[in-house]
Amino acid sequence: MHPLLLSVLIFGVPAAIALGWVFLRGGGALRRYIATRVALTLPMVFVLVSVVFLVLRVMPGDVASATLGPKANAEVRQNIEETLGLDDPLVVQYARFLGQVATFDLGDSFVGARRPVVDELGERLPATLELVLPAAGVAIALGLVLGASAAGHRRRLRDYAVRMFGVVVYSMPVFWLGMLAKGVFSIWLGWTPVAGRIDVLANATLERTTNLLVVDSILSGNWEALRSALHHMVLPVLTLGVSISGLFARLVRINVIETLQQDYVAAARARGLRERTVVGAYAVRNAMIPVVTVIGLQVAILLAGTVLTEAVFNWPGMGLYLVERIKVRDFQAVQSAVAMFALLVAAIGLAVDVVYGVLDPRVEY
Amino acid sequence: MTQDAIAADRSSVATGDVLYSIRDLSVEYGTRAGEVAAVDRVSLDIRKGEILGLVGESGCGKSTLGKAMMRMISPPGRITQGELWFAGEDLMTVSEAQMREIRGARLGMVFQDPMTSLNPLSKIVDHLTETITTHEPSVSEAAARDRAEQLIGRLGLRVERIDDYPHQFSGGMRQRIMIALALALRADLVIADEPTTALDVIVEAQFLDLLRELRAEFDLTIIMITHNIGVVAEVADRVAVMYAGRMAELGSVDEVFLDTKHPYGQGLLRAVPNIELDGSDLYQMEGAPPNLLHTPSGCPFHPRCPHVMPICSEREPAFAEVTPGHRASCWLFQEHDGEGER
Amino acid sequence: MSRIGILLIVLGGLAVLAAIGVGTAWLAVRRRRSRYAWFFLGMLILPLAVLALLPARDPVPVGAGGEVLVEVRGLRKWFPVQKGFIANLLSRGHTDYVKAVDDVSFTIKRGEVLGLAGESGSGKSTVGRLVLRLLDPTEGEVVVDGVDLARLDKENLRVYRHKMQVVFQDPLASLNPRMTVGQAIEHPAQIHLPDTTPEERKRLVFELLDAVGMSPPDFFYSKYPHQVSGGQRQRIVLARALITQPDLIVADEPIASADVSVQALLLELMIKLKDEFDLTYLFITHDLATTKYICDRIGIMYLGKIVEIGPLQEVFENPQHPYTRALLSAVPVPDPRHRRTEPLPTGEIPNPINPPPGCNFHPRCPIAAAGVCDGELPSLRPVPGSEDHLVSCHLRTGDHTHLDPARTGGPSA
Ligand SMILES: Nc1ncnc2c1ncn2[C@@H]1O[C@H](COP(=O)(O)OP(=O)(O)O)[C@@H](O)[C@H]1O
Ligand SMILES: Nc1ncnc2c1ncn2[C@@H]1O[C@H](COP(=O)(O)OP(=O)(O)O)[C@@H](O)[C@H]1O
Ligand code: SF4
Ligand SMILES: [Mg+2]
Ligand SMILES: [Mg+2]
Repeated sequence: MHPLLLSVLIFGVPAAIALGWVFLRGGGALRRYIATRVALTLPMVFVLVSVVFLVLRVMPGDVASATLGPKANAEVRQNIEETLGLDDPLVVQYARFLGQVATFDLGDSFVGARRPVVDELGERLPATLELVLPAAGVAIALGLVLGASAAGHRRRLRDYAVRMFGVVVYSMPVFWLGMLAKGVFSIWLGWTPVAGRIDVLANATLERTTNLLVVDSILSGNWEALRSALHHMVLPVLTLGVSISGLFARLVRINVIETLQQDYVAAARARGLRERTVVGAYAVRNAMIPVVTVIGLQVAILLAGTVLTEAVFNWPGMGLYLVERIKVRDFQAVQSAVAMFALLVAAIGLAVDVVYGVLDPRVEY
Repeated sequence: MTQDAIAADRSSVATGDVLYSIRDLSVEYGTRAGEVAAVDRVSLDIRKGEILGLVGESGCGKSTLGKAMMRMISPPGRITQGELWFAGEDLMTVSEAQMREIRGARLGMVFQDPMTSLNPLSKIVDHLTETITTHEPSVSEAAARDRAEQLIGRLGLRVERIDDYPHQFSGGMRQRIMIALALALRADLVIADEPTTALDVIVEAQFLDLLRELRAEFDLTIIMITHNIGVVAEVADRVAVMYAGRMAELGSVDEVFLDTKHPYGQGLLRAVPNIELDGSDLYQMEGAPPNLLHTPSGCPFHPRCPHVMPICSEREPAFAEVTPGHRASCWLFQEHDGEGER
Repeated sequence: MSRIGILLIVLGGLAVLAAIGVGTAWLAVRRRRSRYAWFFLGMLILPLAVLALLPARDPVPVGAGGEVLVEVRGLRKWFPVQKGFIANLLSRGHTDYVKAVDDVSFTIKRGEVLGLAGESGSGKSTVGRLVLRLLDPTEGEVVVDGVDLARLDKENLRVYRHKMQVVFQDPLASLNPRMTVGQAIEHPAQIHLPDTTPEERKRLVFELLDAVGMSPPDFFYSKYPHQVSGGQRQRIVLARALITQPDLIVADEPIASADVSVQALLLELMIKLKDEFDLTYLFITHDLATTKYICDRIGIMYLGKIVEIGPLQEVFENPQHPYTRALLSAVPVPDPRHRRTEPLPTGEIPNPINPPPGCNFHPRCPIAAAGVCDGELPSLRPVPGSEDHLVSCHLRTGDHTHLDPARTGGPSA
């Protein structure tokens, strides 16, 4: 099976099962809400993809000048544009692209060996997922623990420390944090590799199925490759995770503090509930509602952070891919990658809305 | 319960045993402007089986006193002195873990705003079972649910609604649920802080009726904190009037309402609109309640008092008995050698 | 049809008439039949004369209301229920309404205090806002001093507003924290009394501060709202309302947020100001006991409707509507000897989105008659033996009074 499809399935199937479970368990209103929300996702992706298509055509520069240089022979240029179908009317190009998206055949890229874009994305998307998902996990765990514990120890040392951490990390650009981390841990201390996803040797022995290196190495029982992949992951994942956790910790802290002042928390204490229950089940759960909302709105920031992190660690994911291909005006690759991102953002948005609906019984659909 | 039975009930508790005894309690809040003496050397006995009305204008320290009784004062507030005797123990000396066991199980609290005192993310049944199983870990989830259903039914809510969320209930129903939570473990003493203030009059009256019924049925002792003098007159057996963090007057309802001693209480009673009286003018009390950052010297009421004497601003009157069981902190009823007159 | 439409038709008709007049007169002159010419010229002059007699522009007829200052007729305000975007898509354009005010009529005479009482959510504040035209009614009209507010254009309404002022429950929310007390009071005068000089206005502010009991005025003049007590803030709001020399003050729970001892002071102040400044009040409150000290008449609201209205004394001593009786009897009385006499209605106020059919109150009513109360909507009618005491209850007025248990010797309600 195609690695792109595989990695979409690996995360898509559990998500779909979860969604289905919520769907079946929820009442009529929730079901209708989810159904409509899913249905609305498609037009959203369509609009995004169309906008990207147009923006790319409006952008100055084209693939011929970008690859051949500005003084290229007019005939060669003509030739290239003809092969790439760039001389067709815009409408035709647009229709062709929509057709490609609909059939999940994203065409061939404009540059290099002109490989199919799906194949290229099949290498890049898993790389990005392998970076983003653990990083999101780190950010959530770190943010929750730090934020909740700071809120529980308000105006004490721990609180000040967490607030300091939040401000510093949040205001520090992720690429700078990344370079700093690389400078200290990779170059100076030599604990971690400088760049890439895996050692060349280990890579040569690894049998690829999903292009998610951790998954592949476990599937094939290649422990040396697993070690190498994890070793390469540590620094980028921590950099991205820590960078996002600053915002997250601050959000959690402020919202937990707010909920701790609510009457129902006082009432719970007056009923003699354990402080752990009061903070965990009452304050943190209620605080998660605004936190989830904000996080849902900040997905774009997360993806921007990903692009930058990939650039710093030379991590061959979607972000790096985008950067490389925009430079050479590889429209086919760029618009496909952006369509992929759009799908990702839409999926996360959907997840956030559903989580929100499940978290808060007061939500009216 | 008939109204006569209520009257009979009221007199029978007049001599009950002391259930909770507050001794010389002070609570202060540290603010940027200074220390706020929210509760100032208050002593008060609560008798078993009574409904004690605690009245006073807003900011006089009623809620603070109620929270202090549960030992639930949190920073910037702190209990600076005093003892809290409950069932033979000074709660000031028990550990936090023990205190937690007492809260909910033997001391219950109902808060002012029914709309905000339930966790919006938890079903009603979860509130109840969680409280029951926390205090009685041996009770199974199913047994706890049974008990919750019984209680909910007893309080006049439909049992099917136990799986609903708080926002699906009206204010009056939520306040019933709060009472159910206090009754879940058969608390001996329920401290109700302005439980009817957010309710409309008819719902308020329904709630007060229910409270009276439950008191008899569950052997409850209730402290009813309120600024509504009418509510106190309607349900209380005894009344404590607070002013500026201190006790001003204490006695049976009849004593406090019909033979008011403290000039503050007298003024307050005449300043409250009474729907039953012929439209005589309302009494115009001078000034406004004091800021507890700077409680007036001597008797804190002296700047507003129509009977003020020289000693009043100099020395603080004791909270002493005027007649047996009826106390007032006012120099009008206490011997003094005119020391205030210089 | 709109007024402008009618005007256009009339003008058009006159113009046609005039044109015919001019044309025929000209023809008559050309054909030398001059005796007709005079006749046709007359046709020309007539419309001109009519036009000349038409007023140039409607002036706002002030004082046309005479004794009655406020007249509210068939007032309705239905708020559409806000739904989420998706829910809106799913409901295919069907909208639910909160019937906050549903067919309310009353009058307030000059110098009178009309109280509006009822439980929260009954629509009292919405009526207040409609009277002030802070909200546009869904239906019905509000006539203040003989002027139908709906007929005023924006500009006239703005000018007209100074005759009506409002006092809300929370004075802190209605005062700009960055304006001094003096500025706050003077501010409306700059808009509504543009002819006054700053000195005159300052003098006015001092007089008003004195009138509302904030003396010495120069001490309070330069204070900020947060520097004075809650009761004093409400006094400031009252002074600000008075500076435009209003006829009507709509007071929406004006004393509800004050301390018990301060409430009495504010109530007394409002009574004093009313006499001093010839005011008329619409006094909105949930606390029936206070109405007794200030209101001349009182209307009791339930689910967007007035269920009983009349002179305060009469309503309090001889309440007719079962809801009024329950409400009056539920008010806590600061006297331990007092005993409630009426049974309480069961349950709580139903949802105003789908109020019960027939008489709104019938599901909770202790005397509701099946087949009557749950079917037909009762209307406000005079209580027998009284002209200005109206009640909307099938069993108290109209054809079904024989079902009234109080009348047939059943359990009194
Ligand atoms: N968390 C707090 N921080 C500072 N001051 C407080 C706090 N809570 C209450 N106070 C002050 O303590 C006094 C008593 O308050 P409270 O007990 O709430 O009075 P009541 O319940 O009678 O209205 C008031 O002057 C109030 O301003
Ligand atoms: N702006 C608004 N939008 C929607 N509903 C409103 C609005 N204002 C008031 N309501 C609803 O109208 C009803 C009457 O409200 P209100 O006039 O404020 O009652 P009262 O003042 O008697 O408490 C309530 O059910 C309220 O929820
Ligand atoms: S002690 Fe003095 S000032 Fe205080 S209430 Fe009595 S008479 Fe008034
Ligand atoms: Mg309080
Ligand atoms: Mg209102």
